[in-house]
Amino acid sequence: MSTAAATHDDHHDHHHAPTGLKRWLFSTNHKDIGTLYLWFSFAMFLSGGFLAMVIRAELLEPGMQFVDPEFFNQMTTVHGLVMVFGAVMPATVGLANWMIPLMIGAPDMALPRMNNWSFWILPFAFAILIGSVVMSAFGAGNPSAPNFGWTFYAPLSTKYGPASTDLFILSVHMMGISSIMGAINVVVTVFNMRAPGMTLMKMPLFVWTWLITAFLLIAVIPVLAGAVTMMLTDRHFGTSFFDAAGGGDPVLFQHVFWFFGHPEVYIMILPSFGIVSAIIPAFARKPLFGYASMVYATASIALLSFVVWAHHMFTVGMPLAGTLFFMYMTMLISVPTGVKVFNWVATMWRGSMTFELPMKWAIAFVVLFTCGGLSGLMLAITPVDFQYHDTYFVVAHFHYVLVTGAIFSIFAAAYYWLPKWSGIMPNKTLGELHFWNSLISANLLFFPMHFVGLAGMPRRYADYALQFADYNFWISIGGFWFGLSQLLFLAVAVLCALKKGEKAPAKPWEGAEGLEWEVPSPAPFHTYDTPPVVK
Amino acid sequence: MATEKYYVPESSPWPLTASIGLFMTAIGGAHFIQQSTMADMEPSFFGKPLFFLGLTWLLIVIALWWRDTIKESVGGLHSNQLGGSYRQGMLWFIFSEVMFFAAFFGAMFYTRWLILPWLSGEGSNAMTHELLWPNFQAMWPLTVTPAGDTTQAMGAWGLPAINTAILLVSSITLTIAHHALLEGKRGTLIAFQAATVVLGIIFLFLQVEEYIHAYTELGLTLDAGIYGSLFFLLTGFHGAHVTIGTIFLFVTLLRVIKGHFDEENNFAWEAGAWYWHFVDVVWLFLFITVYWL
Repeated sequence: MSTAAATHDDHHDHHHAPTGLKRWLFSTNHKDIGTLYLWFSFAMFLSGGFLAMVIRAELLEPGMQFVDPEFFNQMTTVHGLVMVFGAVMPATVGLANWMIPLMIGAPDMALPRMNNWSFWILPFAFAILIGSVVMSAFGAGNPSAPNFGWTFYAPLSTKYGPASTDLFILSVHMMGISSIMGAINVVVTVFNMRAPGMTLMKMPLFVWTWLITAFLLIAVIPVLAGAVTMMLTDRHFGTSFFDAAGGGDPVLFQHVFWFFGHPEVYIMILPSFGIVSAIIPAFARKPLFGYASMVYATASIALLSFVVWAHHMFTVGMPLAGTLFFMYMTMLISVPTGVKVFNWVATMWRGSMTFELPMKWAIAFVVLFTCGGLSGLMLAITPVDFQYHDTYFVVAHFHYVLVTGAIFSIFAAAYYWLPKWSGIMPNKTLGELHFWNSLISANLLFFPMHFVGLAGMPRRYADYALQFADYNFWISIGGFWFGLSQLLFLAVAVLCALKKGEKAPAKPWEGAEGLEWEVPSPAPFHTYDTPPVVK
Repeated sequence: MATEKYYVPESSPWPLTASIGLFMTAIGGAHFIQQSTMADMEPSFFGKPLFFLGLTWLLIVIALWWRDTIKESVGGLHSNQLGGSYRQGMLWFIFSEVMFFAAFFGAMFYTRWLILPWLSGEGSNAMTHELLWPNFQAMWPLTVTPAGDTTQAMGAWGLPAINTAILLVSSITLTIAHHALLEGKRGTLIAFQAATVVLGIIFLFLQVEEYIHAYTELGLTLDAGIYGSLFFLLTGFHGAHVTIGTIFLFVTLLRVIKGHFDEENNFAWEAGAWYWHFVDVVWLFLFITVYWL
């Protein structure tokens, strides 16, 4: 195969679409790899969602009903890990794969084989992680899956971690290898593969946000690798990184973890900013307000994300100067974020707006992400955080930014670009049902969490005091409703994949801008054999 | 440049097969580690063989993968643009490696500047000190842990200083080789690159000597407290990178002898050289902060 290629004088004679299983397994095509990423992430979204259903079933009523507390801990842990590393991150990588080459006029990603490796590591890494849950539920002796929370704090994950922790550590290493290679590919593609005339400040904002995301990934995923490596040696080779008796400190784990973990939350949300910045101008029929300020705001958020990590640790004990530093730096992030929200609203101001499906999701994103941002601002205030820490208020906060933020924007992207990917318009009826059900159920699910959190309900417990019963009942109803609503999107995606539905023109959205709308729908297997000229 | 056609490589079975190799290495590795370090583990047969099968599998696949790439490169299929992508990709990869080491350096400075003073009662930690380990005194290197384990520190001016000199000289020989490559002086190139590889091997040999000295004479081991943990993980990961760099330079030396590189087409050679310089710089930081100060 590839060896044969070396003997070809003209490599363009093999530019036909491969067929069958090989097309997907051996791919070097950014569109096919993007499709693989997107389907994989949706499968992980449903799997992680299933674990959340177990959590909400147990919390439907006070007292213990379905699972024991030990298994409940495994559910919260693996739900978080699967959603962060399996659903949100691969989904945005899938979008990057599909859209960045199209948007900058490149024939493919810069390093196509490495691209395929980035993808194919993931199913194996998650087979290990999810395998441990399957073993815990059905295996002989029910060996525990990771049960220490998605943040895997030492010593819960070191001295007291179950045997599956070692498998978890190595699967995190695999996910890290995948992320780093994927991120290097994005950076190199953006720097080296732009069509002539596509200067940096002409790039669509989605490309910009992904470029900065990729930089964050390359900078912090190795730190995560360092953290889990220290865990592994503490567990098995007698080191004392997280053990005070040997001169280490469990808090050191939290510092190393959150030095990765805080940029990680921006890794999950920056691509969303890019998506929304593409969609709102298209349906407001106005250019994006403040393009340059959007670029600088994204870069500022990324840089600030390196110096705010300890706001996750206000209650563990830190010198006052450290606490104040991290509090003020965190609050500073609201400035560039505010610039972004202002710019989206200003783009809509006096625009000729229509509310097709992508726009509905994008507007929901702007409103609800801002809601999550405001609760984040509350959490940033150290003395207040002492009360909020590890309560459902925190759970409400990060689900507003991750579900109604990141995931809503990913749905917006899917409805916006599905015509380009499949050549079929997403089914409007199902799409409307999906949007409205998701919007109402997500708020029923997450909004009351603010109240029970402020009233003192701690997170990560399988049971709760009686006064929280009514709210938790409705939270669980919202949870099941939201979970089931996502099957509507499965139907939308399957219909598009089966080419059932209205054919999409090259540019299905009247106000859409960008190179991706100048190629036919569906986008041909190879685009831009020779670079387009960007004026 | 604008009219040059893009090069998109042929599809390839290696990414998927390499993932299978990683999968076996990870599952085998986790069980292998548990079986070899935990006394209460049930004996199980597959950890060790699966780990080594996975590792061998991975190495073979990577070799085949790079063999394809080299064939395409020598066959003249690669465009200048792809060369640029390779170079940029390598630089970002090295940046990711820098951040990996940064995690361990960060852990070291956090330990030295914050944890140990706190454990000895500084700041608001008087009661922690009094109640947990009242006899503990902060020092660096930490030769007496809070729990009372003792060790000796590794001095800077024996083997470590010699190793520093070796790596610095290897950087010079490699740079001479680099200039020879760019000027087409084959003889000088081969001689000085071979010298660099030999210096790398000597470094590794001395590093093993130093570890033996640490374990047998100083009582400096992985479980000798945080100083041993940081010492061995920092120098150990550095040593692993020197090993990779030496293999890298050895392979490009063989490719030099085969005539794969010229003044223009020399990405793999330069990538190996960058990697070597990166490993050198990490060592300088190690020497100053782990051994010396």
